[in-house]
Amino acid sequence: MNAPVILDRRRVLTGGGALIVSFSLADAFAQQQEAPAAAPAPSPPGSLKTSPYLDSWIRIDADGSITVFTGKAELGQGFKTAAHQIAAEELDVAFGALKVVTADTKLTANEGYTSGSNSMKDGGTAIQNAAAQVRALLIAEAARRFDLPAENLRTENGTVIAPDGRRSTYGELVAADMLHVQAQPKSKLKDPSIYKVMGQSVPRVDIPAKVTGGAAYVHDMRLPGMLHARVVRPPSYGAQLTECDTSAIEKLPGVIKIVRDGNFLAVVAEREFQSVKAMNALAAAAKWKETASLPKQDDLLNVLTNLPSQNTTIFERSNPAATGVKTIEATYTRPYQAHGSIGPSCAVAQFVDGAMTVWSHTQGVYPDRQGIAEMLRMPPASVRLIHVEGSGCYGHNGADDAAADAALIARALPGRPVRVQWMREQEHAWEPYGPAMVTKLKATLDSAGKIADWNFEVFSNTHSMRPGGAGSMLAAQHMAQPFAVPAPKPLPLPEGGGDRNAIPFYNFPNAHVVHHFIPAMPLRISAMRALGAYHNVFSIESFMDELAVLAGADPVEFRLKHLDDQRGRDVIEKAAQGFGWKKDQKPPPDRGFGFAFARYKNLAAYCAVACEVEVNRESGRPRLVRAVAAVDSGQVVNPDGLTNQIEGAIVQSMSWTLYEAVTFDDTRITSTDWQTYPILRFNSVPESIQVHIINRPGQPFLGSGETGQGPAAASIANAIANATGKRLRNLPLTRKRIKDAIDA
Amino acid sequence: MMTLKVNGREHQVDAEPDTPLLYVLRNDLQLNAAKFGCGLGQCGSCTVIVDGKAVLSCVTPMVLLEGKQVTTLEGLGTIAEPAPIQRAFMEEQAAQCGYCIAGMMMRAQALLQRNSKPTDEQIRAELEPQLCRCGTHMRILRAVHRAIRLMDTADAAPANRSAQ
Repeated sequence: MNAPVILDRRRVLTGGGALIVSFSLADAFAQQQEAPAAAPAPSPPGSLKTSPYLDSWIRIDADGSITVFTGKAELGQGFKTAAHQIAAEELDVAFGALKVVTADTKLTANEGYTSGSNSMKDGGTAIQNAAAQVRALLIAEAARRFDLPAENLRTENGTVIAPDGRRSTYGELVAADMLHVQAQPKSKLKDPSIYKVMGQSVPRVDIPAKVTGGAAYVHDMRLPGMLHARVVRPPSYGAQLTECDTSAIEKLPGVIKIVRDGNFLAVVAEREFQSVKAMNALAAAAKWKETASLPKQDDLLNVLTNLPSQNTTIFERSNPAATGVKTIEATYTRPYQAHGSIGPSCAVAQFVDGAMTVWSHTQGVYPDRQGIAEMLRMPPASVRLIHVEGSGCYGHNGADDAAADAALIARALPGRPVRVQWMREQEHAWEPYGPAMVTKLKATLDSAGKIADWNFEVFSNTHSMRPGGAGSMLAAQHMAQPFAVPAPKPLPLPEGGGDRNAIPFYNFPNAHVVHHFIPAMPLRISAMRALGAYHNVFSIESFMDELAVLAGADPVEFRLKHLDDQRGRDVIEKAAQGFGWKKDQKPPPDRGFGFAFARYKNLAAYCAVACEVEVNRESGRPRLVRAVAAVDSGQVVNPDGLTNQIEGAIVQSMSWTLYEAVTFDDTRITSTDWQTYPILRFNSVPESIQVHIINRPGQPFLGSGETGQGPAAASIANAIANATGKRLRNLPLTRKRIKDAIDA
Repeated sequence: MMTLKVNGREHQVDAEPDTPLLYVLRNDLQLNAAKFGCGLGQCGSCTVIVDGKAVLSCVTPMVLLEGKQVTTLEGLGTIAEPAPIQRAFMEEQAAQCGYCIAGMMMRAQALLQRNSKPTDEQIRAELEPQLCRCGTHMRILRAVHRAIRLMDTADAAPANRSAQ
């Protein structure tokens, strides 16, 4: 899949010429690991499966300098620092002794998207195993040179050391092509008890530049001769450009070019503010024919449940012996919600001698390259995508669209780098939102207060319309010869999309889960942090509390009663203990306690959140007072980084849960800035958030970016119900909805 | 041509007078810290200090800045010699994507220059115009409290810098 990339990297390998590697990697590991299992040969772990060559991941130059390559990107989640730690640990070098190169189609492996909390599982695991195998190769080479058995040698700080004091640095040992070997299925990994770098809260490598004004983002790029472009987007989905007299705009100061291709309209100027003024003039000159195509915003329940859907039973369990006595049902809804990146999307592109280079904060350089190449009808090999950090994205925001905009505009101005910066209103109106969802739940308690029967239905669009093809990008959709939006597909289980976390993680004797996949997409949607898990966990964990109330049980005890998984039980108990949760507890007046738990995707990190919420009964205003979380993400690489992710997840999820909904009339999106799409501000920030980590030394990395979103939402909803005695089931749980419920 | 005083130095800037300060800082003076977030004065990512006050540079035309002192995050310190507020944000690891952070720091710096011992409530109230989407708020608050302590220590030292 990425053979050309490997060739590129091999070419840049420096080394001592034509040394023939006289041993195989399997020999190098012979004394260190079990014999490989019988055929079929197992594949190496993580992303080594798809990019097996060790030099796709690690390069050591003759001068000893070490470069680690990862196809995953730094999104502000701290992955680059974690990758650094993992590589340093398994190579046995100091943290500062290597550098990490992230997603770039010319340099790094194709690891798809940086998404789904998969970077540690896929990329982190690949780096860990590649580093361990590289170290073993270097030891084997030293063993050959010293004429000693490999097991007598040890490594320290980038040097292989023999018992007699002979030493050889990695740079001295490495030779051309030595690392151009395929990874073995198993590696001799270090014992976690001797970790020096992994497991430490190493400060993030990207923060110093970010707090001192260093060039840290694609927005900060200034290439020689760079021009500034702005796009004029249609006023609504499907609007057709009928008329646009550009003659006056072409004469505005600094304007270099107006690019029009069908409904795609952009202006390029020498200086940035000139491009902004020209954009405004161009927007005023453009006449559009619009179509009223949007559904009723205040009736999403009926809109979604009445659209045609493909219905699949995704889980069925039956035990006729378990029968119930009390049945309740409830319906929960989630509106469309925005990623709302603080920095609107931005990209820089340059078209030189038939080759296009695009710098983008995309989550997937390879899929983006494919989409842009298709849009420009160029061979993918002539397009290079380089990831440069952007503002936090939390999923598929405008990044890929801005990259396509920049490429389309730059092609019209060969040689000149072009920087495209989206405006706030464009990001808010055109980003692909997190899809609206509906869940319908019904459950029966048996005479002992246990759940005998569980029914769950979820109605949802897909949760990924990411590129791969050009049709996923706005510029390609708007061209005179447009690319059609690809047909949406449900994302396959076990990870799932709309049905992510729809299958209960608890043990119920009877259970029935149906996924209603809705192909029609009235609003532009795609992946947003946690996908369907945010709403499904909100629904399941709210309903668990409703059932606990019905059973007269404590919510924590009720959950434990239905859960066998020990690691799940451990995070629940840890969060409850950290919070000071007690059976029969009484919150202070106008306050409530809430609890929720999930294992993300039912196969990744475990997270439980307990919280205290205050509700002003006069105004209905809710305030998260404090939250305590417990998380088990497997082997921890950077405890502070993990804590930062969970703290952020709780605060962001609180904002989604209490305040956020995309608004629209029958034609246009009307939530186009921070006034019309309000999010959390400092006056609503909790007093404290505590995160307890349960480390699992030597266990696989489980990722952590998205595990907190669902539990935080449900924990807050449960605390509001506990404070008011009223259950709110429609997101967001606004002040008005709470007030109306109290007054009802 | 207009004279603009930024981080203690005078710059001759040749931009149209209605150009917002943000574009001049980022493009003409090549200063990265102040960020474009909304261009509407709603999010605070472009915050800089003008004559001691936090100002939204995305909605402040250059023409209004004649004779005033502009300070950006770059004017406070460097990686090698960070100002107390910069050190505090590093020590608290008070960033995720970090896009909002420069603006946060400048508004906090403006507060600490006029009130060296603000309460937690005053800090929260002061930061109200600043949006963060990653949910780094708890760390940002901790970092401002840490900056207060660091400035206290730095006050004793002669080389304390402050923004005009």
